[in-house]
Amino acid sequence: MFLNFKTAVAAIALSAVAGTAFARDLVINFDDLNPGPKKGFEDAVELFKSENPDINVIVNINDREAHKTAIRNFLTADAPDVTSWYPGNRMAPFVDAGLFQPVDDVWEANGFDEDLAAIKATMSRDGKIWGVPYSYYQWGIYYRKDIFDLLELEEFATWDDMLAGCAKMKENGVTPFTIGTKFLWTAAGVFDYINLRTNGYDVHNALTAGEIKYTDPRIKATFQNWETLINECGFVDNHASMSWQDAIAPFANGDAAMYVMGNFSVDGYKNAGLTEDQIDFMPFPVIDASIPPAEEAPADAFFIPANAKNVEDAKKFLAFVARPDVQTQWNKTIGQLPINSKADISDDKFIQEGFALLNAATGLAQFYDRDAPAAMAKAGMEGFQEFMLDTSKMDAVLERLDTVQEEVYN
Amino acid sequence: MADATLHEARSDADPGWFARNKLAIAPWIFLIPALFFFAIYVVIPIFESLWLSLYEWNGLYDADGNSTAVWVGFENYTKLWDDPNFWTSLRNNIAWLILYMLAVPLGLFIALFLNQTVTGMRFYKSMFFFPFVISQVVVGLIFGWFYNPDFGVVGTVWKALFCEETTNILGNVTFNCSRPAPDILSSPEWATYGIIAAGLWPQIAYCMILYLTGLNNVAADQIEAARLDGAKGWKMLWYVVVPQLKPATFIAVVVTVIGALRSFDMIAIMTQGGPFGSTNVLSHYMYEVAISEYGERYGYGSAVATVLFGIMLFFISYFLWRMYQDEKGGR
Repeated sequence: MFLNFKTAVAAIALSAVAGTAFARDLVINFDDLNPGPKKGFEDAVELFKSENPDINVIVNINDREAHKTAIRNFLTADAPDVTSWYPGNRMAPFVDAGLFQPVDDVWEANGFDEDLAAIKATMSRDGKIWGVPYSYYQWGIYYRKDIFDLLELEEFATWDDMLAGCAKMKENGVTPFTIGTKFLWTAAGVFDYINLRTNGYDVHNALTAGEIKYTDPRIKATFQNWETLINECGFVDNHASMSWQDAIAPFANGDAAMYVMGNFSVDGYKNAGLTEDQIDFMPFPVIDASIPPAEEAPADAFFIPANAKNVEDAKKFLAFVARPDVQTQWNKTIGQLPINSKADISDDKFIQEGFALLNAATGLAQFYDRDAPAAMAKAGMEGFQEFMLDTSKMDAVLERLDTVQEEVYN
Repeated sequence: MADATLHEARSDADPGWFARNKLAIAPWIFLIPALFFFAIYVVIPIFESLWLSLYEWNGLYDADGNSTAVWVGFENYTKLWDDPNFWTSLRNNIAWLILYMLAVPLGLFIALFLNQTVTGMRFYKSMFFFPFVISQVVVGLIFGWFYNPDFGVVGTVWKALFCEETTNILGNVTFNCSRPAPDILSSPEWATYGIIAAGLWPQIAYCMILYLTGLNNVAADQIEAARLDGAKGWKMLWYVVVPQLKPATFIAVVVTVIGALRSFDMIAIMTQGGPFGSTNVLSHYMYEVAISEYGERYGYGSAVATVLFGIMLFFISYFLWRMYQDEKGGR
């Protein structure tokens, strides 16, 4: 017992000496405890360790919601050297408070300006670049291939195709779209896509940046198209009391044929008993052919807090996560898309289609609630839900959003 | 006599200031820990929150630990005045206050009903008391499922009445309804009442227990005397029993008012204030604008909290004043 204690003390003392002598600590906070994403991250960290034996990597993994709260404290109180966070407006409060540091030099030194070009605008604020993304995923329409086959429908290329297809579905007792708007953000996905197809990427950005009003004729046109979609296609009843997972049930049962969603939902369909042959993906159809294609593709990224202690190694890690081979492996594990244009993708059919889609896009929107400031996003998404429940309230909703906009951006 | 000798003994030994004032000081010494924590966790935060409501702040400190708050004076309050969500919340708070009061008479009637000697009465009593024992969160969840138009009790009954079972295009079983099932928690008109009904369930149990203990103390001789004088039924209840239950009624009203004003868990579980903010109450709206994912407006949230604090202060002062009056009268 006594001996054991002594050896333990000796071991601790030794390791402390070794720690100070050889290894530099690099603390990384990551925000996903789900098995896939956690494995993807841990594998990457292992590789980083084996390439950099002199760095002592310390990893803290928290779950998403807890991380969202914790980051507000730890950036000031006990900053890690690297933390995961989201680009777009979600990083704005931290950038504005001076809690992140710019990483333009990492981008320049590694040629990211070219390899990560598609995402550069989203990672920038005030003329500087603030982080390095490691993954993103596409949004679009997931549909029941077996129902489409039964009704002899093809993937819809244009808006009119879709409206005609919806009419056919309704004749056969199929509700065209499923959705669950209880937690609001799903409605924002539909709004974003109709808006991107009606007005394009620049209007999306101008709207979320508070530069154009919600009562602007262009946004009104978006809402009129949405009204058409609700009347001629239609969503499942009771969508306001369902979460996005609940809304999979009518889709899996064959009561509804389409779902405007992100690629993370594929797991949900498979867990509900659908096979790869029964589901397929199509881009949201074109409304105005003169508008250059833009897609929703929310990215996940790493940032360096202003209070990081080991900035040098933090930058090394950021350069590492954007490397083509690292992004290839990582995104294969988590079933998403690498952002580095030199990376390879897995042979999953949804990933393949998403990759083609996003490569053809001229602009990548982050998602309404990441591009708009929090208070605006909340009011906006409540407005979308209200409009979906009662389209006659369109003007009242838009006018209210104008008042909120004035207050939020003033 | 005893006092006098004690006094002499003290002055002989020439006791210190502390010993002389023992009786005055001792209660304070016992109170110090409680006062200390009450100050740190209740009193100081109240003033901090009042102060914060005059700032615009997203809750962040800069890298050096300085707050990023900006002084805006009473701007948060003028914004509140023009904020339709605030008025919806306030209106819902009033609906909660009024409808929650039903718990008091309903609790009384259940207590009267249970206040008899039948075999197994303890079991029935504990069954009626059960909803108060389980957590509000669980009550919210259960009622959320209960109201669900797809798989809840409401939906199942509705399907039995208005829907016919058919098969869809893929041959799976589905329902074709002549009228869509009522979606109570997604309806801006009905959702608040749905949540209040859920909240009443445990609150009635609470009032019932208060009245049951009260009924134990009702003087049997008065009941007998009233009976001899020919009092029966409602008259007996209203003129003989209820006046004797006055202390229980007072406590029941107090806990119900406070319960109605701090209703938060049910709303957070059942609707998160939705659909589009129509079931918010002040306490949940405060959480939403300050702490939730899309909030981060701490100054504005503090302004909401201040209004809620004012309303609570009004009721609580009134209750304290009543208690003080009663105590004076009782002496």
